Amino acid sequence: MKKYIIQSLRLTGVLMVLLCIIYPVAIAYIGKLSPGAGSGEKVLKNGKVVGYARIGQSFTKPEYFWGRPSAVGYNAAGSGGSNKGPTNADYLKQVSERIDTLLKYHPYLKKSDIPADMVTASGSGLDPDISETAAIMQIKRVAAYRKLSDRTVAELVLKNTEGPLFGLFGPSKVNVLKLNVALDELKK
Amino acid sequence: MNTELLGIIATYAITLLIGIPLGIYLAKMFAGEKVWTDFLKPLEKGIYKLSGINPEESMNWKQHMKALLMINMVWLVYGFFALLYQDKLPLNPDGNLGQSPDLAFNSIISFVVNCNLQHYSGETGATYFTQHFVFMFLQFVSAATGIAAAVVLFKAFRDKTTTNLGNFWVFFTCSITRLLLPLSIVVATILAFNGTPTSYEGKDQFISLQGDTVQVSRGPAAGFVAIKHLGTNGGGWFGANGAHPLENPNYLSNMVEVISQVIIPIAMVFAFGYFIRRKKMAWVIFGIMTLGMMLLLVPTVISETGGSPNIAKMGVSQLTGAMEGKEVRFGATATAYWSTVTTIISTGSINSMHDSAMPLTGMYQLIAMMMNCFYGGCGVGILNYFIFIIIAVFISGLMVGRTPEFLGHKVEAREVKIASIIALLHPFIILVGTALAAYTVTNFPDADWLVKPASWLNNPGFHGFSEMLYETTSAAANNGSGFEGLGDNNMFWNVMTGFVLLLGRFLPIIGPVAIAGLLASKKYIPESAGTLKTDTLTFGVMTFVVIVIIAALAFFPALTLGPLAEHFSMIK
Repeated sequence: MKKYIIQSLRLTGVLMVLLCIIYPVAIAYIGKLSPGAGSGEKVLKNGKVVGYARIGQSFTKPEYFWGRPSAVGYNAAGSGGSNKGPTNADYLKQVSERIDTLLKYHPYLKKSDIPADMVTASGSGLDPDISETAAIMQIKRVAAYRKLSDRTVAELVLKNTEGPLFGLFGPSKVNVLKLNVALDELKK
Repeated sequence: MNTELLGIIATYAITLLIGIPLGIYLAKMFAGEKVWTDFLKPLEKGIYKLSGINPEESMNWKQHMKALLMINMVWLVYGFFALLYQDKLPLNPDGNLGQSPDLAFNSIISFVVNCNLQHYSGETGATYFTQHFVFMFLQFVSAATGIAAAVVLFKAFRDKTTTNLGNFWVFFTCSITRLLLPLSIVVATILAFNGTPTSYEGKDQFISLQGDTVQVSRGPAAGFVAIKHLGTNGGGWFGANGAHPLENPNYLSNMVEVISQVIIPIAMVFAFGYFIRRKKMAWVIFGIMTLGMMLLLVPTVISETGGSPNIAKMGVSQLTGAMEGKEVRFGATATAYWSTVTTIISTGSINSMHDSAMPLTGMYQLIAMMMNCFYGGCGVGILNYFIFIIIAVFISGLMVGRTPEFLGHKVEAREVKIASIIALLHPFIILVGTALAAYTVTNFPDADWLVKPASWLNNPGFHGFSEMLYETTSAAANNGSGFEGLGDNNMFWNVMTGFVLLLGRFLPIIGPVAIAGLLASKKYIPESAGTLKTDTLTFGVMTFVVIVIIAALAFFPALTLGPLAEHFSMIK
């Protein structure tokens, strides 16, 4: 029995060096070669960092495309979803209020034009993307506030739509931050 | 065909293309035959030498279990204190606090037992030191513990009669050096190139496009996320786990993560068959496990892509399915696939919030964890399935009026007793734990804990009951996912699930290994016309029926009170 204790302690120590020091440090060096150099890919506007490509931001101003509702208010120091169940009455009321708000800012929409992702909170609370439909429904509003033609904005949305992986797998999506940066840069 | 469906078909196909050859490789490697990774032998020799281990020493099943329990005990004690005092240890750039005693008790158990329940959030409840030297370390070694235990069982059926079952330290070490570590390096590299951070920098701060000041938690997550999936651990670097855009940046990373959690469980099935030189048996077991998975996967995909009936009533478009708690980059189909995989395998990582899934989806997730043997966790999946094989052998033996035998060894009262106890233990701890929780909520709503029982539940009614049932089931199955709305960081849940976790881990490891050890020491009876063949499809179906009947009888009432009641109240 005593033999096993000593072997356990020694093996634990040896493996810690391999698994907790050598392995992650090696990965950290490999990560330095990756696009974001291992610290997360950043998005620049006029050479200034305005965020992380993968981390969603809160957009409330009418001249920007909006992202999805977030249970953590896009505070990326933490993360999390609403964890509301599908039959929770308070939650359903909240969803219906979100629909009303969207209709108020987009008077040209019918309810059936609104996709579910615009009225439901994401799992991480930091979802950087919206669906194609969610971007398309906002075009008129953004164009009006920016005094641009619908067509210019629509073209920008199309340009910023990422299709399925290899054109085959998974959904299409629009990165809200990148789209909004592209909008701001258009103005110049 | 739609691209979302095509995505999960490709994902499953790639899983098989990797998993099956990996199993054959593992069988050869553990049998000591020549494999291409033999160049790592000097590394292993070094590890044995530094640890004072003689790799030639052979153990019987009891010695195996002693070694296994001893090293697990060492990790429990060490990790408990490391978490308690993590604020005083190095590598804490964000200045996080030490864990409370009950939280540390729960966290350390749940990582030692390969569960990763995580009643804390990675961003605030752990430091870079504990993330590496406790959590990631345990993700490697707890997976290796499960695999090593399974190899002991394999070894028992390779030879006709034997008490020599190899060396535990060798199985354990090789699981890391020949399997988990090399694969982790590959997966971590892919993740790093898709945007998962790898550097040790702390939180970053920037001004957003709209002018808000925002903080972002970061840290070397890629290596952690790789082993958390390969080792079917599931504990996230960030609180939101695989839904977090830095842990799981895009559809490709999602495919890689969901593939990497299934390949070892599938490989273990083939490793078993090839190791004991009964390939057909591997295919039968694999077939039944796949049937179980499909029966849960297909309705889950239908239920999630169909959208929420309550939101449909409001008139918005649900072409992309139910989206609460889901991420746009994965879509409802890949999310449904992940949720099935993570619950049949004991991974428990999530790429969506299970609490917000449709009631029936929640039920499929629960059933997956209640059966806990369709592929199952690293090593322990095949051990759990083995228990059901023994029960099926016994019942079939009774039905045809012959002495039950498995692979040439008589299955007698002692083995069947052990198998029954282990099979019934799982429903027992789940139902008792859930009952205790429900009793506490109703009778002591104001108990003075960190979270009062009155505020445990994030959702009223049937769904609230499901939250408690899910948490206990997840603990018993060593899964680690949760209906995360539950206020679980308090004395009751930390201590209760702590005990459930221990029982749900070590007894289902000791039981099957004991049965295998006992059987292997018995006289070998050559196959004859009267032998019940255990590698036929008929026997496979028999095992499946046993699994379904035990689960249905034990869990149907609880499922009725939770997800079923919620579903029917929703569609009425």
